[in-house]
Amino acid sequence: MRRSLIPVLTVVGAIFVIWYAAAVLLNAPWAYDVAARADRVLTLPELVADTWAQEKPKLPAPHQVAVELWDTVVDKNVTSKRSLVYHAWVTLSATLLGFAMGTVLGFALALGIVYNRVMDMSVMPWVIASQTIPILAIAPMIIVVLNAVGLSGLLPKAMISMYLSFFPIVVGMVKGLRSPDRMQLDQMRTWNASGAQEFRKLRLPSSMPYLFTSMKIAMAASLVGAIVGELPTGAVAGLGARLLAGSYYGQTIQIWSALIMAAALAAAAVALIGLLQRVVLKRMGMA
Amino acid sequence: MMWLVLGITGWGAGWALNVWLARQHKSTATSLAVPVIFGLTLIVIWECLVRGLGISPVLLPPPTAIGARFAASTGLLWEDFVQTVIKGALSGYVLGCLAAFGVALLADRFVFLRRGLLPVGNFVAALPIIGLAPIMVMWFGFDWQSKAAIVVVMVFFPMLVNTVEGLLAAETMQRDLMRTYAAGYWTTLFKLRLPAAMPFIFNGLKIASTLALIGAIVAEFFGSPIRGMGFRISTSVGQLALDLVWAEILVAAIAGSAFYGAVALIERAVTFWHPSQRGRA
Repeated sequence: MRRSLIPVLTVVGAIFVIWYAAAVLLNAPWAYDVAARADRVLTLPELVADTWAQEKPKLPAPHQVAVELWDTVVDKNVTSKRSLVYHAWVTLSATLLGFAMGTVLGFALALGIVYNRVMDMSVMPWVIASQTIPILAIAPMIIVVLNAVGLSGLLPKAMISMYLSFFPIVVGMVKGLRSPDRMQLDQMRTWNASGAQEFRKLRLPSSMPYLFTSMKIAMAASLVGAIVGELPTGAVAGLGARLLAGSYYGQTIQIWSALIMAAALAAAAVALIGLLQRVVLKRMGMA
Repeated sequence: MMWLVLGITGWGAGWALNVWLARQHKSTATSLAVPVIFGLTLIVIWECLVRGLGISPVLLPPPTAIGARFAASTGLLWEDFVQTVIKGALSGYVLGCLAAFGVALLADRFVFLRRGLLPVGNFVAALPIIGLAPIMVMWFGFDWQSKAAIVVVMVFFPMLVNTVEGLLAAETMQRDLMRTYAAGYWTTLFKLRLPAAMPFIFNGLKIASTLALIGAIVAEFFGSPIRGMGFRISTSVGQLALDLVWAEILVAAIAGSAFYGAVALIERAVTFWHPSQRGRA
């Protein structure tokens, strides 16, 4: 961990340097344009200063995004529609609901697949095939159709998140519930354990590491689902709506701050599951 | 009412047939037939429910209507397919995977770079990269170039992480053996480490193949010329022409499955020696 600290910091630092340089390169044409119209010739320091402080830059400099984030996260009232925290909460609530539904559905399907031979043979190939369909592409239709039957707000977005997040759970849990080897299963049988006991005392505990790994993937997928699910709702609220509104009005700084917020949400949610994993596995004596 | 009865009968018949098939001796035929019957049963139930309950085609068109629409507008669908899949997704996929492969080789050569890039790559792979789509549209214009660009970014990190991991897969013993043969870096790379990395590389390629299609379609929601699957889906939803939307979904599903299947087939040919591929013949 400590060994990789310096390399990671170097790479992150390099990303920032490239970002600033790219901001100069990408925003320079506009800066020259403005200067030419004002009959001025830009010196290099002037050019750099201008490209890092434009109103609607092609690529905003990191500090511009940071200022915008500070503005919309700390300075605005949390309940205000201009607060990024409000939009992040809209997205996060859909993500969490979808994630919970996806985890329950995935768990149920995995149980069926492990304990029922017909389901194993018939459902499993379709579970895999279901993910080659780009569900995100039909997100707008799902939203519109569910709106038409009277479902609106949180649930349609959560359904898309659910569809994306059940898959990793199914695959992980099927693997996990089947992970006890023949010897352990035989041992349970010599103790005259019933099916329920075998499940509760052997299969379920040994599937836990798989469950947490899948939950991390599912959480990341769920967030993507919620963001894309917000695109067709007419840009009302949520991080996806901020992205769409930003792209309509060329507010690049707003897009980037929404992106950073989404990244922070994803990182925090995944880190939380990681923490839960460490605590649970430690209590179970597995880590 | 008759449709509903028919649907329930179809469901029962499909389920009974599958139960019977699952009891038979397991063979290639049964393991193919069971999922196919399951899928057909779903379609029958869908058709019967839509007709029996009188669901408006604006909400959910029956499969037969989708099929008819698909057959009637193959020209339009083909144009969208070329724009989105061939031009957008495929070119981005190739570029992104090649770039990630190159960077992975570099990261493997320099330990410092690997220690720095791998945690960052793992982190970025969990982020909602699809959100970059509006920015790419702004930078590269409305046509397929912006779609290819977002696909490049989306496939880059999963591919990078998998390739770097794969290049570490060769065991110390095997590397030592190569050293005793006086094999140089490049010989070791081509004869031992790249072949050993293949299962990981193909894992990355498979993940990237589904991401590529999603990226190309979603990027079209943020602006596109008047063709492309994402464009057609979003405008047809607006016109309530849901049968056309479902026809596009069918195209996307076929393209996605074919793409994934092609990668899996190549994988089977290249990594025939790996335990997960053995015994499949």
